[in-house]
Amino acid sequence: MKIVVNGEEQVIAAMSVNDYLATIDRDPRPIAVELNRVILPRSDYGTTFLREGDQLEIVWFVGGG
Amino acid sequence: MTNHNDTWKIAGREFRSRLMVGTGKYADFGQMARAIEASGAEIVTVAVRRVNISDRSKESLLDYLDLKRYTLLPNTAGCYSADDAVRTCRLAREAGLSDFVKLEVLGDEKTLFPDNEELLKAAAILVKEGFTVLPYTSDDPIMCRKLEDLGCAAVMPLGAPIGSGLGIRNPYNIRIILESVKVPVIVDAGVGTASDAAIAMELGCDGVLMNTAISGATDPVAMAAAMNLAVRAGRLAYRAGRIPRKLYATASSPLEGVIG
Repeated sequence: MKIVVNGEEQVIAAMSVNDYLATIDRDPRPIAVELNRVILPRSDYGTTFLREGDQLEIVWFVGGG
Repeated sequence: MTNHNDTWKIAGREFRSRLMVGTGKYADFGQMARAIEASGAEIVTVAVRRVNISDRSKESLLDYLDLKRYTLLPNTAGCYSADDAVRTCRLAREAGLSDFVKLEVLGDEKTLFPDNEELLKAAAILVKEGFTVLPYTSDDPIMCRKLEDLGCAAVMPLGAPIGSGLGIRNPYNIRIILESVKVPVIVDAGVGTASDAAIAMELGCDGVLMNTAISGATDPVAMAAAMNLAVRAGRLAYRAGRIPRKLYATASSPLEGVIG
């Protein structure tokens, strides 16, 4: 199925957000995830399953003023 | 010296250092960490950006910042609407450890001046959602009062455009702002060198926030140390109470007993 992650289309198998984050090899600790423009609490990563057309934003902190 | 117990508070949280620094535009994270150490800052700003999902390198600036020691102040830099700024703050709170946010809603790319209308809209939403909102604003006393009335924890008027290094362009407005609001007043943006930071503090500001003045200096670590001293010197001079400005001379030596 197709989803959009940080503005880029991705083709993935059905899986939870937690499993998706594992595919990008990211420690989920210092990031935040927005699913379809709503914050997804960290505690819901494992129980939230991605669906066709979902839009994910995955952010973290970078240098800034 | 009266400097020792001169702490200040933002939303009930006590800080000793009145210098707040950014984490952007350093040569590398090591230089950033050394500069922040030299600055003595306790509050450091960070930006919220998309993770590069194809780049698997794991180094994060958080690896270089001891979060027991520093309070992170995520910003909404790059946001041009209240909606984007609010979303960014919600993400920052989810990723971070506190509800402190530096709210900036920009009006255009050339000046990076705030869009006041959108700023007020975003501030109202964020305060309702329980954020501790520190807004970057124009040096306008009326705006600052409106932001305080909305429940912002501080106001952060610009000294000059972001990254310009022009210093405090309108010290008279900053003075009026200081008389207009009760929340802390932090000069954010425009500082170019140590004397600019000292001037902000001599005016009576509660703090100064800067990034480029340090990271863009030829020797950022040395400039951070200079800013540390300047903010403390300016604060101490403010508390000491300067002499009034006069047009003509007043002799420092006794007028009596001159030979002749």
